[in-house]
Amino acid sequence: MNSMHYLYAAYIATWVIHGTYLTILVRKYSRIRKEMERKPSAISNQPSAGI
Amino acid sequence: MKRGFPILAIVTALLLSFALYEALIVAPTEQTMGNVQRIFYYHVPSAWTAFLLFAINFVASILYLIKRSENADILALVSAEVGVVFCTVVLITGPIWARPVWGIWWTWDLRLTLTLVLWLIYVSYLLLRRFSTGGKTPMIAAVVAIFGALDVPLVYFSIWFFRTQHPSPVIGAGGSLDPRMAHVLLINWAAFLCLAWLLCWTRYELEVAQRRVEESQAMESLMEGLQ
Repeated sequence: MNSMHYLYAAYIATWVIHGTYLTILVRKYSRIRKEMERKPSAISNQPSAGI
Repeated sequence: MKRGFPILAIVTALLLSFALYEALIVAPTEQTMGNVQRIFYYHVPSAWTAFLLFAINFVASILYLIKRSENADILALVSAEVGVVFCTVVLITGPIWARPVWGIWWTWDLRLTLTLVLWLIYVSYLLLRRFSTGGKTPMIAAVVAIFGALDVPLVYFSIWFFRTQHPSPVIGAGGSLDPRMAHVLLINWAAFLCLAWLLCWTRYELEVAQRRVEESQAMESLMEGLQ
């Protein structure tokens, strides 16, 4: 492997890590939203991040 | 707060794209290491961001122990979680840089080992928060976080006071970095700080919402029990 391959590997790995974490957050948001939709009293307190 | 989120998201996306362009195209090529040195523009800002987030976790944990504030507890949890994400980036990009430069992926050098210990401390903290169900969990976690934070200055200053294989500091302690490289480094740090802020904001809102749902469920169970 030449040095460019290592460079690309490092940059891709960084974005894979951040992308994975973002996916986890989006899935968590979907789950919480479903739970809130089942409970009308809690709907007004839904997350405001607006993913 | 709601209006600010999309603005921050757009600014972060633009800044990250610009920072990537600066790191890959604009920054001068380092004479000895060549292009692989450009990993530095992701590795170092990620490390600084992780340190900052662990410092926020430290302050929030102390605030929680003093005031028993739920907001401080949530901030401590969120900063530790996002800090672990950035610390993971550091531990992955470091060996990818080391392989072509040192000829090895990893060595049990003081800086590297202390960084791995730091990551393990905060992963343990998150596992404690995730799986411990006792009412005293936030308090125990806050104490763990305060002890864990002691590793941050050890990691940071290990290359100042000890001879390690890790490169010397690039800023401060006699470090001499090309001003064009320093400029690109700071742009990348600004981009990663925006990303960290965005992730923390999202995670904070999610945690608040999750706690409300759990409180609502607990209240429902209580009401059913009374009937």
